[in-house]
Amino acid sequence: MASDAGGTPPAAASDVARRSRTDLPSLGLAAMRVGPALMLLIVVIAAATLSPVFFTTRNVGNVLSQTAVIAILALAQLLVIVTRGIDLSVGSNLALSAVVGALVFGTVDSGPLVIAAMLATGMAVGLVNGAVLVWGRLPHPFIMTLAMLSIARGLALWLSGGQPISGMPESVQRIGGEAIGWLPYSAFLVAGLALLTLLLTKAVVWGRWIFAVGGNPDAARRAAVPVNSVVVSVYVLSGLAAGIGAVINAGRLNGGSPTFGELAELDAIAAVVIGGASFHGGRGHVGNALVGALMIGVIRNAMNLLNVNAFLQPIVIGVVIVLAVELDVLRERLEERLRIIQAAHS
Amino acid sequence: MTASGPPALGVRGATKRFGAVVALDDVDIDARRGEVLALLGDNGAGKSTLIKCISGVHRLDAGTVEMDGVAVDPGSPAAARSLGIETVYQDLALFDNLDPAANFYAGREMTAPRWLPRGLRLVRRRAMVEATAAVLRRLEVGVADLGTAVGLLSGGQRQAIAVARAAAFATNIVILDEPTAALGVRESRHVLDLILRLRDEGLAVIVVSHAMDHVMEIANRAVVMRRGRTVGELIPRPETRQQIVSLIVGGDG
Repeated sequence: MASDAGGTPPAAASDVARRSRTDLPSLGLAAMRVGPALMLLIVVIAAATLSPVFFTTRNVGNVLSQTAVIAILALAQLLVIVTRGIDLSVGSNLALSAVVGALVFGTVDSGPLVIAAMLATGMAVGLVNGAVLVWGRLPHPFIMTLAMLSIARGLALWLSGGQPISGMPESVQRIGGEAIGWLPYSAFLVAGLALLTLLLTKAVVWGRWIFAVGGNPDAARRAAVPVNSVVVSVYVLSGLAAGIGAVINAGRLNGGSPTFGELAELDAIAAVVIGGASFHGGRGHVGNALVGALMIGVIRNAMNLLNVNAFLQPIVIGVVIVLAVELDVLRERLEERLRIIQAAHS
Repeated sequence: MTASGPPALGVRGATKRFGAVVALDDVDIDARRGEVLALLGDNGAGKSTLIKCISGVHRLDAGTVEMDGVAVDPGSPAAARSLGIETVYQDLALFDNLDPAANFYAGREMTAPRWLPRGLRLVRRRAMVEATAAVLRRLEVGVADLGTAVGLLSGGQRQAIAVARAAAFATNIVILDEPTAALGVRESRHVLDLILRLRDEGLAVIVVSHAMDHVMEIANRAVVMRRGRTVGELIPRPETRQQIVSLIVGGDG
């Protein structure tokens, strides 16, 4: 085979390469990267147009407080999904943490202690998830966290005798239920946690490792990234998020119940997926996960305001998930086309 | 090509068994600075095992690895890297979701402040991007946008990024496993030029390849392996080409 068969590129190639930054696929790609935010904007405008109540401060405060738990769970679920994982146990973990918190309150009336108990319970469950997954060499996190979904819910029912346990320290009630003006405390909590997560993923070595592990676990291992610890850590953070969710829920309802957080894991996963994170790992953005959570919150709220049959809500949210992922599929196609363009003109 | 002094890398009496299979049987090779050594052989000849032993993925059962005449122990990938040995595997080991700078520095990030545990430090993103850009410029690897995830680059560019990453951190030896296997003619050309640049920068380069044209073009010496042994060492020239091929397939007289 002659090695000079390739010839020289046509003179116009460099022109095309220069133009390719602003051609149609690139523009489409840019639009798609803000796709989730665009979808949220459309939903918000539609809701505001259809219901005069939507943009009142009281309703916005409502949406924010109803979305807070989903948003916090979604922030951590995002990290899990970035590592190619999934955490199905967060809803049950939230219930267990809340029940433990309520039981602790039954013995000592101490806000910090009750909060610490809930956070510690959440993290402990997450640690078990991560540790058994990694060192028990389970084939997929789906299995471990599905098992934990069952185990944690069972523990919550068992410890509480199947009944809600009422009573929470005043500080917990304030976090869950009170507001500064019309802005609920929980919204500030979400904002703070989102900023921390953003800092972790963009600027902290550990956060960069989370993305490296998700992008290529083998290469990460060869690059001396502590892959196992990174994987365990995201499940611990997901458990911590469940614990924080427990504080908010228990505070709002002044007690812990074994029925808290039912299907919350699916809301969190839906929010992350609507936000464009990929189950193939390595890709996802904090802002977009928040947008996904807000989208779910806004859709539910708007349908309530408009007196739409409540049974329609899950259908609409399902359709939104499919649309959002379809958008993502389109984005991947465009990226592929860009790659071909680049290959042709490199 | 001065042959004086001990070689940058010397493998002496390398032996490696996997159960009953003898993958390497008393293998000796030398790699010298400013030289490209081609490692040739059919599938299963032991080339991959040999480079994995040098780059710390496998451990030799017997034999030694020497660098500049001193015995060293590349017992893990990290140990090999700290000896200045960088390896570009066939799968490239790139992070497709990350940009070139993040790929270069994954697992060895530039960080601050030093008093924090490594995982909790902040990454010095701008410094890493600048250093990466400088290496790519020096090696004449053209990437239009350093903010692009490498998964969006062409096959040749990805290969070039992987080779450049190895070059950026290798102080002694760069090992390349089938660097042109997945590439078209023009992309292969770029990567071959890049390999010659590494050689000219004074690194010892070891290339495993089946592409005889490419071997003839860039290698200063060719070591042929068969069934875990070295069966010949030649200077690749048009006259020796047939001899090399028959050594590989085992049909020599």
